[in-house]
Amino acid sequence: MNNTPPPVLVSGPFLKQSPSVSRIMALVMIALTPATLFGLFQFGWPAINLFMVTILAAILSEAACLMVMNRPVRTTLGDGSAVLTGWLLAMTLPPWAPWWIGALGSMFAIVLAKQMFGGLGQNLFNPAMVARVVLLISFPAEMTYFISPHPLIGPDTITFMDGLAITFGYGAPAVDAVSSASVLGYIKTEIGRGVAWTDAFKSALDLQALTIGTKPGSLGETSAPLLLLGGLLLLGTRIITWHIPAALLGAIALLATLFNIIDPARYPDLWVHLLSGATLLGAFFIATDLVTSPVSPLGKIVFGAGCGVLIYIIRTWAGYPEGVAFAVLLMNAATPLIDRYLKPRIYGRTRRGKPLIYEETSK
Amino acid sequence: MGMMKLFRIRGGVHPQGRKSLSAGEAIRDLPLPELLHIPLQQHIGQAAEAVVKKGELVKKGQLIAIAQGRISSPIHAPTSGEIVALGRYVAPHPSALPGRTITLRPDGLDAWAELPAPLDPFTCEPAAIAKRVAECGVVGMGGATFPSAVKLDLGQRYTLHTLIINGAECEPYLTCDDRLMREQAADVIDGVRIISRALGVKRAVIAVEGNKPEAIDALTHAAQGLDDVIIQKVPARYPMGSEKHLTQTLLGKETPARGLTAEIGAIVHNVATALAVRDAVRLGRPLISRIVTVSGEAMHNPGNFRVAIGTPIQHLIDFVGGFKVDPERLLLGGPMMGQPLADLRAPIVKGTNGVLALAGLHAQTSGQQGPCIRCASCVDACPCGLVPLEMAGAIRKENMDMATKSGLMDCIGCGSCAYVCPSNIPLVQYFNYAKGKITQTQRAEHKQKETKRLAEARSERMERIAQAKREAMAKRKAEQARQKAEAVTHEDKVSA
Repeated sequence: MNNTPPPVLVSGPFLKQSPSVSRIMALVMIALTPATLFGLFQFGWPAINLFMVTILAAILSEAACLMVMNRPVRTTLGDGSAVLTGWLLAMTLPPWAPWWIGALGSMFAIVLAKQMFGGLGQNLFNPAMVARVVLLISFPAEMTYFISPHPLIGPDTITFMDGLAITFGYGAPAVDAVSSASVLGYIKTEIGRGVAWTDAFKSALDLQALTIGTKPGSLGETSAPLLLLGGLLLLGTRIITWHIPAALLGAIALLATLFNIIDPARYPDLWVHLLSGATLLGAFFIATDLVTSPVSPLGKIVFGAGCGVLIYIIRTWAGYPEGVAFAVLLMNAATPLIDRYLKPRIYGRTRRGKPLIYEETSK
Repeated sequence: MGMMKLFRIRGGVHPQGRKSLSAGEAIRDLPLPELLHIPLQQHIGQAAEAVVKKGELVKKGQLIAIAQGRISSPIHAPTSGEIVALGRYVAPHPSALPGRTITLRPDGLDAWAELPAPLDPFTCEPAAIAKRVAECGVVGMGGATFPSAVKLDLGQRYTLHTLIINGAECEPYLTCDDRLMREQAADVIDGVRIISRALGVKRAVIAVEGNKPEAIDALTHAAQGLDDVIIQKVPARYPMGSEKHLTQTLLGKETPARGLTAEIGAIVHNVATALAVRDAVRLGRPLISRIVTVSGEAMHNPGNFRVAIGTPIQHLIDFVGGFKVDPERLLLGGPMMGQPLADLRAPIVKGTNGVLALAGLHAQTSGQQGPCIRCASCVDACPCGLVPLEMAGAIRKENMDMATKSGLMDCIGCGSCAYVCPSNIPLVQYFNYAKGKITQTQRAEHKQKETKRLAEARSERMERIAQAKREAMAKRKAEQARQKAEAVTHEDKVSA
C-alpha cells in the first residue's frame, strides 16, 4: 500500500454536509412544481408556451453574460439559479402574455438585476421582481391582461395551435378569450367606484374558487393550497426558515383584520389578502430569496414584516392593485441596513458587544 | 444518572458520527516501536527543557525534560532505554517542520523508575494535588493540552461551585474517551473526585453525549452511592464538547467573551485528564501514554490503543495492518477540528486523540468553491452567534479591522459554518488566516511600541546623565571661582 500521505490542503472541517447550491435550487423548483403544474393546466397551452420561453430566455441570457465575461458557462448554469429566476418570473406573469414579455423579462432579470451586480450572490435586488416591475411599468396593458381559466381538458380548452397563436401573436386568436381583471384588481376598481368589497366580491367569484385557485390571475399565483404545500416543503427541508413567511403573512393578516374591523365595507378581510395575488408565492418563494434577504433570524422577521406592511399599504392606498414586487424590492434595499444593525448576539457578550460580567465569582 | 435541567445552546450541527467503526474495540496496548521521538513541546505554553544527555540510560517514568515557566509541563520517559539523540525531528503539525525532540531507544525491559510516593488525595492539602499533577506532566487531553495543574489552582482566584468533566466526545470517529469511560469508569470517577477536592468544589458533573449509552451506564454504575458526582447525558450535537458550550448546556450561563469558565464558577476537564490526574496522585505515575483512536474508512482494523508518547504514527498504522485503500485524507484528531497529518513519521503526543484515514464519500471536502449565496446556513450553525459570511467577506478584502469588529476573535474555530456551507467556502481557513495575520500585526505593533519606549527611555536617561554632568560641571566651576576669590582675598590680606 502507498504510504505517502495525500497532499495537505486546508484547515478543517474535513467533513461536509451534502447540500450544494444546485441542490438548494433543485429543491426550490420541486417545491414550485405543484402550483406550477396547476397554473399550466388551468391556463392551457399559452401558459405552457410562455413558461418555456421565459425559462429558455433566462438560460440564454445567463449563458451570454458568462461568455462575455469569460466565466465558466457550464458549471455556473449548472447551479440552476438562472432557471429558477426564469421560473419565478413566469409564475408572476399573466398566463396569456405574449412571448416577448417573458423573454424581455428574463433578460432584465438576468442581465440587469443579476449579472451586472456580479452574478449569483452579489445582487442586491430580487432579479425576478426587478423584471416584473420593469415589465409592469413599461407594458401595463400586457401585464394586466388576465383571463379566466381555460383548463387543458374541458369545454373551454385552447388547442395547441391556438396556444401558439396567442403566445407568439401571429394571426388573431380564434378563441373567445374574455379579458378579465384579477381578483385584487377587480375589488380595487369596485371599491374605487364606491361599491362595498363584499358586494363586488360576490359577483366576481366565490370563496371556494379563491381558495382553490380557479380564478383569473398570474400563471402560478392562483392556487393557495399548492403554494402552501410548496412552502411547507421548503420549511421542512430547511431551505428557508419560518421567520420571513410568518412575519410577512402575520403583518398582512394583522393589518387586514384591523382595517376590516374599522370599515368592513371598504377594507377586504384577511382571507382576500392572504389567498389572492402573489401573497403566498411572495411569502414562501420570493421574499425568502436567500441572496436578497437578511441573514439573522431577527433581521428576517423585520424584513418579512416590512414586506407585509408594504404589500398591504400598496394594495390598499397606492395606484396598483398588487404590491408584492414593489414591497420586496423596497425591503431588498433595506437588507444591508438590517444586516448591519440586527446581528445575532455574540456568545458571551451583550447585544451591544460588551463582554458579560459576573461579579460574584472572582476573588 | 443525573437529572439536571439542561439549557439549549445556539447553532451547532449534526455530522455523521461514524463512531461504530471503532467504538466496539476494547483498548489494547500498542507494542513499543524501535525508537520513541518525544517532542519537548507537547503542551500550550513554553517548551520543556531536556535534562538528559545523549547516551544516558533512563527508566520508565523518569523525568527527561523540565517545565519552563508558569505555563509549561515536564516530560517523562515513556519506557526504559537509552537516550540516543537530542535534536530535531518531524513534529505532529501540518507543516511537518522539525521540532526539538528527545529520541529514546527502548531496552525492552520497560523497567519503572522510582516514582513519587502515592498521595492520599482526601487527606493531603489540596495544593499538594496540583503540585503532583504539575510534576507528572499532566495536560488537557481533549486536545487543547493546557497544563492541567494551572487549572487546578484556579480555586484560589475564583469562587468555584462545579467541576465539569467533558466526556462529550463530539468529534465524529473518535471513541478513545468512550472506551475509557466504559473500561475504567471507577478510575475516572476517582480522578474526578480528586480534581473536585483540589478545586474545593462540592459538585462534579460528568457530561456524556447521548450517543454513548454504554459509557453512561458504566459511569452511572461506578458512581452509585456517591452524592458529589453526577453523570449527565447531554444531547449529541457538535460542538457540545466545546468547554464554553458544555458549561452553558449544564449551567445555563455563558462564559464572558474572552474569559474563563471559572468566571461563572465552573472548571472543565476532559475525562482522560481525570484519569491521568488519578494515576499521578494515586500511583505517582507521570503522563507517558495515552489512548488513541485509529479509524477511518481507509484504515484496516480500526480500534483504540494505549500508545506510548513518542511512538511514530507509522508504527501505529502498520500495527493495524495499514491502509485498505489509499486514504484521501490523513488527520490527527477529529475531522471537524483536527489537523492534516503531513508526515507519518511524526510522533503521537499528549494531545493526540485520533489518527484518521478518510476515504470515499466521507472524505469529500474540496468540492469546487462557489460564490456565497447568503443562504445564512453558517449564521444558523454558528454556536457563537457570529455572522461567518460577513467575517469571510471582510477577510477576503483583507479588512481585518472589520473582521475583528464582527467578532472574529470570539470564533472558537469549530467549523460548523464550513460544514454546512453549500458553496464549499473554506470559512475556517479564512478565519485562521485572519487570526494569524492579526496576531502578527499585534506582535509587530507591540515590538514597535516597545522599541519606541526603550528608545525614549534611553534618550531620557542620556539626558539625565548629561544634565547631571552639566550640574557637576557648574558646581565645580563655582567651587573654583570661590576658591580663586578666596585666594585673591588672601593675597590681598597678605599684601596689605
